[in-house]
Order: sequence, then C-alpha cells, then structure tokens
Amino acid sequence: MSVDRSTVVRVAHLARIRVAEEEVDKLQGELNSILGFVEQLSELDVSGVEPLTSVVPIAMKKRADVVTDGAIPKKVTQNAPQAEDDFFVVPKVVE
Amino acid sequence: MTDLTALTLAEARDALKAKRLTATELTDAYLAAMERARVLNAFVLETPEKARAMAAASDARIAAGEAGPLEGLPIGVKDLYCTEGVRTTACSRILGNFVPPYESTVTANLWADGAVMLGKLNNDEFAMGSSNETSAFGTVTNPWRRRNPDGSIDPTPLVPGGSSGGSSAAVAARLCIGATGTDTGGSIRQPAAFTGTVGIKPTYGRCSRWGIVAFASSLDQAGPFARTVRDAAILLKSFASVDPKDTTSVDLPVPDYEASVGRSIKGKVIGIPKEYRVDGMPAEIESLWAQGIEWLKAAGAEIREISLPHTKYALPAYYIVAPAEASSNLARYDGIRYGLRVPGDDITDTYELTRASGFGAEVRRRIMIGTYVLSAGYYDAYYVRAQKVRTLIKRDFDIAFAAGVDAVLTPATPSSAFGIGEKSGGDPVEMYLNDIFTVTVNMAGLPGMVVPGGLDAKGLPLGLQLIGRPFEEETLFQVGEVIEQAAGRFTPEAWW
Repeated sequence: MSVDRSTVVRVAHLARIRVAEEEVDKLQGELNSILGFVEQLSELDVSGVEPLTSVVPIAMKKRADVVTDGAIPKKVTQNAPQAEDDFFVVPKVVE
Repeated sequence: MTDLTALTLAEARDALKAKRLTATELTDAYLAAMERARVLNAFVLETPEKARAMAAASDARIAAGEAGPLEGLPIGVKDLYCTEGVRTTACSRILGNFVPPYESTVTANLWADGAVMLGKLNNDEFAMGSSNETSAFGTVTNPWRRRNPDGSIDPTPLVPGGSSGGSSAAVAARLCIGATGTDTGGSIRQPAAFTGTVGIKPTYGRCSRWGIVAFASSLDQAGPFARTVRDAAILLKSFASVDPKDTTSVDLPVPDYEASVGRSIKGKVIGIPKEYRVDGMPAEIESLWAQGIEWLKAAGAEIREISLPHTKYALPAYYIVAPAEASSNLARYDGIRYGLRVPGDDITDTYELTRASGFGAEVRRRIMIGTYVLSAGYYDAYYVRAQKVRTLIKRDFDIAFAAGVDAVLTPATPSSAFGIGEKSGGDPVEMYLNDIFTVTVNMAGLPGMVVPGGLDAKGLPLGLQLIGRPFEEETLFQVGEVIEQAAGRFTPEAWW
C-alpha cells in the first residue's frame, strides 16, 4: 500500500501537525519508503495467530479506587505556556 | 595522583567505602572532565551545584556509617528521565523549558541509594533515532575516531549511536561513572556497541517506566550504561523495583546481580541463531561473532545452532507498533499544558502550528506513520498484523529457551560507528536498519546486553549481544563477564 498526496494531508491533519504545501511531496516519499519496507509482513501467514498484547504473562494489576494524590494545582499548571489562577488558558473553543 | 575518572564504578565504590577517596573529590574530577569535553556535546544540562551538594551529603553519610549501595558515585541521566526541579526536555523543542515537579522512579531509586547526579545527557528527540542526530540540542560526537591504515587519526566526527548517544559517549569518555539509558528498539545496546561500553536492556517490567518520557509503552525499558559488566550489574540492582505507579513493573525480587559476575558458565547452553547472518554484514563482524563463540566454548559453554525464523520480520513489525504507540503517547504535546505554544486562529490551528514547530522531522514522520496505521480501514492490515507477527517472534525465542538454551549470542550492530551526516540523508529506512539485531529483543520483551568484543580494522569498537530468558539477567552478567575477560576493555584516547 502507498499513500497519495491527499492521504498525506489527511493524516497530517489527523495527527494535528501542520504540513506546508511544499513539504507534502517529500513527506509522501518518506512515508511510502517506510510503508514499502513494512510491506514484507504481508508475506507471512498469520491466520490463527493471536496478537501479542503483553510480553509478560502477568495479569494487569489494579489499584484500590481511592484518592492518592491531588490538591496540587500549582504543580499541575506551573509548566503551562499560559496559566491564570491555577487554570490553563486556552484559545476560545465555543462561540 | 592518578586520574580519578579512570576508576571503575566498583573500584570507586570500594575506595569510597574504605575512605581512601571522598565523594566530593570524585565528583569534582568528573565535573572537570565534563567541562573539558563540552565539544562532545554529551550533556545538555550540567548540574554542578546539585552534584556538589549531593556529594557532600554522601560524604556525611559515609562518615556516619550510613552509606547506600551507590553512595557518592557520579551518574549522568538521559534527558528522557524526569528529574524534579531540573529541566527535562527529551531533547525536543516541544518540551521547551519543562521542569518536572516530580522524579522518575528509576532516578529516585539511584538517589535513594546514594548516587550523585552530574547532569542531563543528550539523546535523539523522544528517543527516536539511532545516531543522536535528531536531538534539538544537536549531535553528540563519539569519543572514538577512525584510524587510517598508516596509523594516523582520521578526524571525521562519528556518531555515538542512539538514541542514548549522550549516555554512551559520556561513559566512554569518562564524563560519568555510569549513566541511565532507555531502550525501545536498541537505544541502549546500539550506542553501547558504538562506544565500547556495556549496556543492558532488562526484561520488560523489570524497571519502572514511571517518570520516563514515553515513546512506545509496550517496548520502552530503562537500563544502565557502564564501563564494565560488574558496574552494569551493580547499577541494575538499584534501577530495578516494583512500582505501584507503573502497573507493568513486575513484583519479583531483585537479585544481587553482582554476585553472578565471575560465576562459571560451564554447561550453559548458548544458542547461535543462523538468521542473524545477514547479507552485506562486514567480515569483521562475522569473525568477531565466531571469536565470541570460541571464547564461550573455551569457558565450558555448550554451543548450539538454533533457528529464530521470524527474525527478519521484527524490524518491519517494529516500525508499525512503535510509531503507533508513539502517535498516541505524543498526542499530549498540544501546546496547552506544558512546553511550547505557537498561537493560532483557533484551538485546532494552535495544536497544528505548535506540533509542526515543536517536533523535529523524524518525530513528525513517526507520528504520521503511527496515525496512518491506526486510522480507520488500516488498523487490521497494519497494526493487528504487526502484533500477530510479534507473537511469532516471541514464540521463536520461547521454543529455543524451552529446548534448553540459556542465552543467545549475536552481533550487536551491522556496522561500527558511522560518520555524522552519513546516514541521515534521504531514506529514513537506511537509519532504521541499524537496529536489525537489537529490535527483536524489545518485540519479545526479553533482556539483552551488549558487551564490547573488540576493535575493527579502523580501530572502532564492535559489540556482541547476549539475549536471555525473561528475568534471567543474572545469566547475561555471568556470560557477559566471560566475554569481557577474554576481549579486554576498550577506552578511547582523549583528543578533546
């Protein structure tokens, strides 16, 4: 499988990465090189094989549903590019 | 007085314990070495004040008879590990001046055991790379240089490997006594091979991933770089722990790894997988591998030819699984909660501009591949198929281990260190092929260690890789030390 220009633009938008018009061709070539490389997996018969979801055969641990952390709004927002009164400041999202 | 930075970690530990040396003296020696070696660009942030304060505290604990297992030993930390109050960027512009309000579990373990932090080490952006060339802080120069046939030095700067290139360069150049690394597809083992250092990627789940910037969560694992097998064993004991903050960390006792160093390997079965003999592999790597087999045989091991038939599919499967997980993990860099923000007309515009400007080319590429293989209509054809292939890769190893193989011996890399800029051109796949021997280990979640095996005709280090059964890192240290004893240790001549 290979990607065309419009797919590159669509995937970039899905990934929320702005791609300039003049970058599309180069990116298309690079993505197709990678997709061409992974294409060899289609040689393999994987029917009846279960996908590997965990390399270590141990059941997922679950912790007790209790509050163990919190009340640290300053720490949570201290690295924000824009914060005010312990809130993250974002561009307007609803009209 | 001899150069204190020439001491191995074990030697320094013993000298500190015997009060022949103070942590402050040792730390000062490393801080001076770091200052002289800035041209290598191994450190992206030096923390000398913190280092001196920690060293003074270590000296006080040693005087009080309360020394920990790593007391007073100066360590460098890959910039992927969050360090409380100390800038952590994963060497990406998008994290900007992120200062974590918390400490990663692995580094917290090291400091609790008395280690001293020297600073943060360079790496490929978000650990995506095999040469340290994708770092927002620029390339790292390998302390090793090629030798011409007439014996003169070729000054062409070489890469230190990646993604943990700052860690490998710093340990090789004696800018720290040991370093932290992370390994998703070979990011500890390939740079160790390129610099003549020892690097181990433990079994998935052996070390907590909490507080380490995530790349591909089902593959990422923390591990140490050191100058000797014994030093790596000492460090791993402190790295490993079960951690309630990482549900994939495993609740198994942490063995005394150092005790396995020096133990006889008589009767151990070493598997030699024929699929690791790849086209175009330099004859020197082939002969080093043969040499490694001879060393282990001479030490009493049984050598057995084995087959791992799905080996060649590990790298293509990795380049689906790892980008898929990365595209999900890196969705958090949105310009809102931390790091860089490039304001746009609306929220989507802000996201897109921030991410286009904050991520480097390789990271953008991988996020896009990951987004594509997870997108509607392609998920089964790519992602699910790759996860099935992963089952087959793991099964290959399971079969070999069930038949009695204790460890597998392979070359570490398909070449020695290459020049800066030599492989970072047009085709990204060319760089990916560096991890051909290491990536299977991550796909199967196994422990893998690289030990220096010798120098090639250009005078550059080459490594051998040992792959072990899950949670049997002790076997790797045991066998690795036999290789180290036979091969000797390799130190670059200081030219910086």
